[in-house]
Parts: sequence; C-alpha cells; structure tokens
Amino acid sequence: MSDQPATNGALVRVEGVEKVFHRGTEDIHVLANLNLQVPAGEFLALMGPSGSGKSTLLNLIGGLDRPTKGRVSVAGDHIEKLSDHQLAAWRARHIGFVFQLYNLIPVLTAERNVELPLLLTHLTKAERRKHVETALAMVGLTHRAQHYPRTLSGGEQQRVGIARGIVTDPTLLLCDEPTGDLDRKSGDEILNLLQALNREHGKTIIMVTHDPHASARASRTVYLNKGELTNTPLA
Amino acid sequence: MTALFNWFAQIGSIARFGLMSIPQRRGAVTATVFGIAGVVLVFVGVLSIAAGFRRAMANSGSADAAIVLRSGSDSEMVSGLGRNDTRLIADAPGVARNAAGPLSSAELFVIINLPKRSTGTDANVPLRGVEAAATSVRDNLRITAGRMFEWGRNEVIVGAGAAREFAGLEVGGSVKVGRETWPVVGEFTAGGGVAESEVWSDAKVLQAAYNRGDSFQSVYVRLNSAGAFQEFKDALTANPQLSVKVLRQSEHFAEQSTAMMKLITTLGYLIAFLMAVGAVFGALNTMYSAVAARTREIATLRALGFGRGAVVIALMIESLLLAVGGGIVGAGLAYLAFNNFHAATINWQSFSMVAFAFAVTPALLVQGIFWATGIGLIGGLLPALRAARLPIAAALREL
Ligand SMILES: Nc1ncnc2c1ncn2[C@@H]1O[C@H](COP(=O)(O)OP(=O)(O)OP(=O)(O)O)[C@@H](O)[C@H]1O
Ligand SMILES: [Mg+2]
Repeated sequence: MSDQPATNGALVRVEGVEKVFHRGTEDIHVLANLNLQVPAGEFLALMGPSGSGKSTLLNLIGGLDRPTKGRVSVAGDHIEKLSDHQLAAWRARHIGFVFQLYNLIPVLTAERNVELPLLLTHLTKAERRKHVETALAMVGLTHRAQHYPRTLSGGEQQRVGIARGIVTDPTLLLCDEPTGDLDRKSGDEILNLLQALNREHGKTIIMVTHDPHASARASRTVYLNKGELTNTPLA
Repeated sequence: MTALFNWFAQIGSIARFGLMSIPQRRGAVTATVFGIAGVVLVFVGVLSIAAGFRRAMANSGSADAAIVLRSGSDSEMVSGLGRNDTRLIADAPGVARNAAGPLSSAELFVIINLPKRSTGTDANVPLRGVEAAATSVRDNLRITAGRMFEWGRNEVIVGAGAAREFAGLEVGGSVKVGRETWPVVGEFTAGGGVAESEVWSDAKVLQAAYNRGDSFQSVYVRLNSAGAFQEFKDALTANPQLSVKVLRQSEHFAEQSTAMMKLITTLGYLIAFLMAVGAVFGALNTMYSAVAARTREIATLRALGFGRGAVVIALMIESLLLAVGGGIVGAGLAYLAFNNFHAATINWQSFSMVAFAFAVTPALLVQGIFWATGIGLIGGLLPALRAARLPIAAALREL
C-alpha cells in the first residue's frame, strides 16, 4: 500500500541535518549533524528530554520546516528541493499527522474532520464518503461520525485525529505525543490502534513520546539528547 | 481542471470554517458589520441629498425646451428682457406652435416672504408671473387640486413643494403680495422639478403689482424638437436687435444646481472617507483577531497540505462577506430612512427655497456597497497575509 523506498530499504533518510532557530540575536542550536534512517513498515518511537528537539525533527521529516543544513528525504523525494507550494501538495500526498492536542476543527463533525485531507485529492464526493467510513471504522468510531469534537472524550478525539491522519493512506504517519494528553486507559487504546495500523496494515509510523509505556509498543526506540541520536537512553 | 477544482474546494472549506466560527466572535463581528453599515448609511444618506437635488433640477427642464435670458446673466434673478425682445424670441425659428400661437412664455419673477410651516419663520419664495403657454413649455405640469388661476385676476396657484413648506399655501389659503392679499386657487406638480417650489400668477397682473411696466426676466419656449435647439439659438444670437443667452432648460437647471451639488458631494465624500478610515481599523481588528483565534487551526490545515493562497483567499472572502453584509445593511437602512425624505434648501443662485426629495438611487446603493467592499478588502488583506506567512511549525506550538 505505501510507496516502497527508492534506495537501500530506508523510507525516511535524514542525513547530516542541522537545525538552528534564531530568537532575537540568539541562535538556538537544536539539531547538529543528525542522521536517521527509518525503513518502511517500522514503528519508531522517538524519546528524549523536553526541549531536545523531538518535535523539530518530526517537523523536518514531515516537511513542515526546513533544515538549516543537511538533507531529508522520504520515499526518495528530497524535500529541500521542493518549493513551499510543492511541499504543501507533497505533505497532502505522503504525510499523515497526529497531534498531541488532536487539532480538530471545532465547527466540523468527526466525519467532516476526517474528510479534510481528502479535499486535497481528486476523489469524488461518494469516494470520499467511502474513505471516511473506512477510516472511522478502523478507529472504531463509526457511531460517532456525526458528533462534534467538543462532545467527544479526549481519547475519542484522538481517534478522530488518527482517522484523519490515515484517511489518505499516507506513506508515513507522524505522531507528536499522541497520548500526551490522555489518561492511561485512553492512551492504551490509542497505542493499540497505532500498533494495529503498523502490524496489520504495514503503516510506517514515527511517534514522539515521553512515556516508556508508549515506546514499549514501538518496534524500535531512539533517543534524542543534546542534538544527537542514540539507541540507548542516557542516564 | 481537477487541480483548479481542488483549489476551490480548499478555499471553500477554509472560508466555511471562518464563517461558522463567527458566532464565537460575535461581538467584534457585529461591531465591524455595523461600523461598515454606518459608513454606507452616512455616505448614501448625504449623497442622496445631492442626487435628490440633482433630480429636482434635472426634472425641471427637458432637452426640447429652452430658456432665454439677457446675455451675461447667470440666473433669472439678474436678467431683464423687454416686450420687444420677448416677441422676437417667440417668433424665432424652431419654436413650436399650436392654434393659439408660439409655445413661448415670457416670465418675471419676484421674491416674497412667507412663514415656514415647520418653524414659523419667514423665508423667500419665488413668485413667478407666467403667460398662457407656461404649462406647455414645461414637462409634466399638472394641476392636482383646485383650478388654474384666471388670466387678468389677482390669483395664484402653488407648487406642491411650496405648499408643503409654507403656511397659507393651500387651496383656499392666500398670499400677501405687496399690500394686497391674493387667494390660492390651485396646486400643481411639475414632476418633482423646481417649479414645484414656486408660486405662480399671471405675468401681466404681477407686472402691475410690482410696477414692472412691460418688462420680463426670461422666456421659456418649447422647441419643435431637441434638434431644433441649435437653429433657434443661432437665430437669436445672430439677431443684432437682441443680446441674449440661450440655454436648453435642462442645461440651465443643471447649471443652477452646480454649487449646491459640489458642496454636498464633497461633504458626503469627506464624511464617508473619515468614517471609512475608522471602519477599516475595525475590520483590521476583527480579521486580525479572527486569524489569531485560528492560528493553530490554520497551521493544522497547512500541515495537512492546504495551500497558502487558499488561506489568503478564504480569509479575504470572509472579510468581504462581512463588509458586503454591512454594506447591504447600511444601504437598506439608508433607503428606508432617506428615500423620498422631503426637504427644502436654499438655491444659492436664486436665494429662494427649493423643495426636493432625497433620492436614494440604485447607483448610490451600488456605490455604497462598493465602499463597503473596499473597506473589507483593505481590512482583510493584511491579516490574511499574516495568516499565510505563519511558519507552520511555530504556529502549531501555539495553544
Ligand atoms: N520556531 C521556533 N523558534 C525558536 N525556537 C524554537 C522554535 N521551535 C522550537 N524551538 C526551540 O527548539 C528547542 C527544541 O524544541 P522542540 O519543540 O523540538 O523540543 P521537544 O523535544 O519537542 O520538546 P517537548 O518534549 O517539550 O515537546 C526548544 O528549545 C525550543 O524552544
Ligand atoms: Mg515536542
């Protein structure tokens, strides 16, 4: 279902990436000479202390931001070569995002929220409805299709968020602390869902998390600290 | 094709969220809409005065009718013509005729003082002496109450506008002319034209009452056709016995109203402009807060792949819809409040009262909504550009 990686079995390649933010006259060096490869079909957990740059890295992979130096490619597309306009279309085709605070549009029902990314495709209305139904069924929310976000629990809202993230069948699903705002029980349901998407549907997932309980569900965990990635947590 | 459709779908959905979230911002939105409505209301209101005045003046004369004054005079007030002149004018080529002779009315004009109905204070009213052809040399002249005065008798008929403005000017009433009192025997309309602000009597009777001998101030004529004007004018100006100024009636009345028109129009634009500046700030504020309230929402849509252009256009549409909504409210209120509102003003060229009705014309309504659109465009553009330039990653961090 997802595009196969063009080279060496790695779907995502981050090579020599450096990211510097400027705040006033101050330079904030967040990532330095960072390398990461994520093979297709992997469920990767990205951990690290607050402020270590996890979200920054995820945003670079998802084409929401550009590296100061280095290269990022997903499924063979080098995002630094795309214009802003091309990058927006590229995101619509390849990336599904799941946010910590769900980021649903409050004035739209669950099914309309899920339909949003499909407005960027060439699908007809009937085709869109079918895709939305499928996505809502996968997250177990068929009966909540007509509900507005404010009438749903946090866990349900995040499941709508995941349905929106997968409805276009993207190459890559990026989740930034998807359980960060949920209680243990709802969080577990979300993790079950992500795990099922990975195992049963072969979805490649990168998930930022603070929670060892969450990272335990991933197929691999990497740790970001002081701008560098390691395979073991630093003490 | 599909790409274009896709783009419209993006714009449509973003604009829709904006409009759907209006109830949450109803305070600022209502203030903005009514601010813009106020601009349009005042603008249309003030200019409807000018439009009504212009209409009153324009309705006063048609293109196939002419007025002749002594050369060098800007208005009837300062003009003077003798019996000889008026005869030559009546017999000139191009003048229409009926069984009774040429359709030509030599007229004179005095100012009398009458108390206004509203305040009781005196104001100037033109009392015009006319000849038998007077009703045929003007358009739409109709007796609406009573009867025409009898020739040779001390009687008057009054225009509907004058009747509305001044005390005693109703059929059965009377006016003081010099030391005499003349009965009002009829009332007339003139299609909203200037004549409606006047009081009329027989020219001969008026000449006698004011010791004017056999002198007049103007001659009104009906021409064979609008095209006959040049021939008529050329004949009079070429005649060495005459020294006259020849105008189409429509031109003459338009000229009489220019000073007034300029004043009102300038005033209208000035007030509307000042208010519009205020309204632009209101719209800016509303749209900036709309963008601020939706920063994360817009960033989310951009993350999903919605385009920058779609964000700008959607926000502009929202701003324009609010503005046009305000414009329609303002234009509607202006129409209800001002259309056909009756008023009277001094005509500065004749120093007498002209009664007229405010005219909220379709052109004015369109202009008003055009102003509203301008306010919406200016007020929406900067906030929309700010929204489009939001760095997505940074905006997503905002709560
Ligand atoms: N747009 C930005 N402008 C300036 N500084 C930024 C920007 N985005 C992130 N930073 C800084 O970069 C550093 C890394 O931020 P980032 O959000 O990637 O950390 P994180 O690991 O996701 O933290 P958390 O666990 O708290 O979410 C922080 O010091 C942050 O303040
Ligand atoms: Mg983070």
